[in-house]
Amino acid sequence: MLRFVVRRLFLLVPILLGLSLLVFLWVRNLPGGPAQALLGERATPQAVEQIERQYGLDEPLPVQYWRYLRNVSQGEFGESTKTRRPVVEEFRQRFPATVELAVTAGLFAVLFGVPLGFLAAKHYQGPADHASLVVTLIGISTPIFFLALILKYIFAVRLGWLPSVGRISVLIDLDHPTNFYVLDAIIALNWTAFVDTSKHLILPAIALASIPLAIIARVTRASVLDVQNEDYVRTARAKGVAPMTVNHRHVLRNAMLPIATIIGLQVGLLLSGAVLTETVFAFPGIGSWLVEAIKARDYPVIQAGVLFVAVIVVFVNLFVDLSYGVLNPRIRLSK
Amino acid sequence: MRAKSFRLLLLLVTLLFALGLAGCGGDDDEAAEDTGATETTEGEAGGTLVFGSSSDPVVLDFALISDGESYRVNLQIYETLIRLKPGTTELEPGLATSWEANEDGTSWTLHLREGVTFHDGTPFNAEAVCANFDRWFNFKGSFQNASATYYWQYGFGGGFAEPEEGVAGPEESLYKSCEVVDEYTVMLNLTRPSATILQALTLGPLSIQSPTAMEKYGADEGEVDADGIFHPTGTYGTEHPTGTGAFMFESWTPEDKLVLVRNDDYWGEKAKLDELIFRPIADNAARLQALQTGEVNGYDLVEPQDIPTIESDENFQILNRPAFNVGYVGFNISTPPLDDIEVRKAIAYGLDRQAVVDNFYAGRGQLATQFMPPDLEGTADDVMQYEFDPEKAKQILQDAGYELPVKIEFWYPSDVTRPYMPDPKRNFEAFRASLEKSGFKVTPKSAPWDPDYLGLNNEGKQPVHLIGWTGDYGDPDNFIGTFFQTDNPQFGLDKSKELDGVQEILNQAEIETDEAKRIELYKEANRQIMLLLPGVPYAHNQPAVAFQANVDGYVPSPVDNQYFSTVFFTGGR
Repeated sequence: MLRFVVRRLFLLVPILLGLSLLVFLWVRNLPGGPAQALLGERATPQAVEQIERQYGLDEPLPVQYWRYLRNVSQGEFGESTKTRRPVVEEFRQRFPATVELAVTAGLFAVLFGVPLGFLAAKHYQGPADHASLVVTLIGISTPIFFLALILKYIFAVRLGWLPSVGRISVLIDLDHPTNFYVLDAIIALNWTAFVDTSKHLILPAIALASIPLAIIARVTRASVLDVQNEDYVRTARAKGVAPMTVNHRHVLRNAMLPIATIIGLQVGLLLSGAVLTETVFAFPGIGSWLVEAIKARDYPVIQAGVLFVAVIVVFVNLFVDLSYGVLNPRIRLSK
Repeated sequence: MRAKSFRLLLLLVTLLFALGLAGCGGDDDEAAEDTGATETTEGEAGGTLVFGSSSDPVVLDFALISDGESYRVNLQIYETLIRLKPGTTELEPGLATSWEANEDGTSWTLHLREGVTFHDGTPFNAEAVCANFDRWFNFKGSFQNASATYYWQYGFGGGFAEPEEGVAGPEESLYKSCEVVDEYTVMLNLTRPSATILQALTLGPLSIQSPTAMEKYGADEGEVDADGIFHPTGTYGTEHPTGTGAFMFESWTPEDKLVLVRNDDYWGEKAKLDELIFRPIADNAARLQALQTGEVNGYDLVEPQDIPTIESDENFQILNRPAFNVGYVGFNISTPPLDDIEVRKAIAYGLDRQAVVDNFYAGRGQLATQFMPPDLEGTADDVMQYEFDPEKAKQILQDAGYELPVKIEFWYPSDVTRPYMPDPKRNFEAFRASLEKSGFKVTPKSAPWDPDYLGLNNEGKQPVHLIGWTGDYGDPDNFIGTFFQTDNPQFGLDKSKELDGVQEILNQAEIETDEAKRIELYKEANRQIMLLLPGVPYAHNQPAVAFQANVDGYVPSPVDNQYFSTVFFTGGR
């Protein structure tokens, strides 16, 4: 087990090195640069040249890359060229926003996706199955930004039930010791802030959850269909075990393995979906951070942001792999 | 055991979720109260206005910004020596009450307003003014970066005492020194006469900031890293910005909100709002929806396609900024066939500019005849006009020995609306159609606006291109001076000598202190430009600002000098 974890962590090094080189070369091949992006119409060739010299962007690429690696190895990720704030500080502020959003969306997806798939399988070819097919098809095929705009239009603009942008209303004052706003509200025992930040999470989380929810429901349905025809399920039923217990202990438990895998894979999807969702809802997380950085050719933010996201995805996948052992004791990771 | 813990986990998750949902619930009244940003009080004064900005400001040290959103926020906190009458580009006294120049225009005496204090209680006086000028002139390292001190370098014409490589030094700097004459009089000495200095002093980044606060909170402090890059470490520009303006800084949570409060000790007419909050919302559609939900009370940079939606709802209003911009079709006159004036003339006759202005500016545009907005002094009535005439265009090309059609590469930006060009693609398509009727074969080229399109433009890689400009201050120098006084690669002037005569006139105009002579020089420059055709100007447009209907007192400015001190609520929504 430990050897498995260590090996996976070691694999991170070549992954990150390769990724950093790819991103480094990619951003430098985008037309225009941070200096042009900063000055817009006001850019003159002299001003652009001057800024590039000050950021060291006039040096040969290998020199720039080496310097970048050296800085990163010392934990120096530089400053955003756009906001002039340290990249790490911005990450610390924005990462909790994405975690809050992704966790809420993940919960939505699992808590609705698994039962939906389970019901569909239990009522195979029945109305519930057909209904779940329609719901999941809509979930998979509707573009996130479109769904987000529709949700906002209905629940924020028309009905006025929920807010349309940001993480918290501007009139609420709340300290942010953790930058997890929901948690900050709990720490401050501020009920109004808690309700407000929770409300700000609902629409973006539903939009973000749509695709994972659909996928989870489909996989659950297929997996449960598979498992419920197994001999041990029939045996359990035959010896008179209560249907609830059969469903829970024998069917769902054994069907969980592919579901857990797919849930793990959704983390990547949640993070990539966050790019669109956060932009539409002006939700200041990692997704909108990267979008704004790419627009502004903010090299330090793009480079660091992609690495951070890669590390997160690798760790989550590792966690999912480890969870197999818990779900199915026959799988031994140390082998 | 394992099954038990699984069940426990499930129970916990369900509980948490239920708790979350309960928290998210609440009755409708509560929801409306929480999402609504407006805290209006009956009557005119007071309340909190939330303005949707497209991003956070970069920093609240006005001297160190070059972008519009930073400009907007800083302008409420700080004040300039000379300011613009709201809604115009005319000068009026700011922190200086009067000013006069010596005979050759190299020294300006400014008489300062008495009884003004900075937000930290520091008295405003001649020493404070000179401390700011000295600070700008002595900026070092990355403070000399053009995106940090753009307005000092390119607006005012300032250099630095100890310049970095490639930056203007004391010899090229317009600024020479600042002398304290007495407590409320300063003398500003220049290295050469400048006719634009008074307009330049209205630029927000040349606002006077509290020397005490800058010192106390380390405005100029920082450390140099291993690569020699300077990183500011002080908290002045993020936590303690201190000016003399009608609003004072209260708090800033980046990505969330920036709060200003009324300065009750303001020397002039006090702000009507209690509180002014800027909320960053990068996405245009999200800003519009935030206005519709009441999460913001107003926003700028309204997309043209959203204007009818806003105007048709009685809860909202659209305010028009005066047209202080110009959209034009630019040429790189060092690239064949555009190095031939006959081809440029034929293009000028072949562009149906009136149709574009009539069809794609929603009634807010005006046909441009030269590279400056019409109300600006220096505009000439008798410039060469090029009315759409496809036959004439073809004739010119044939007379010059060209075989028709003549091929041209025409660039337009994608994914953008600019104040002077709300719909670049449709502008381009209309121009393409009219040019193809006029003996040309157009090869369309496009790129995302910034930095892709602008980068190529700045490198002179677009033979024919759609672009434009919004002025910073009310002087021809800020339009035709910016375009043509230097060897601008956009027009191919780095390789062509054709506009050298115009450059000479513009150089003279910049130092001419006799206003009448100066205006005549700009008129002459405009006449020559429209004969030499480095491009064809086609539109001036009125950009839109949106507010809720109950917001009053906002005077739209042609430039970035947009004050909120006069804004108030007229009652409940």
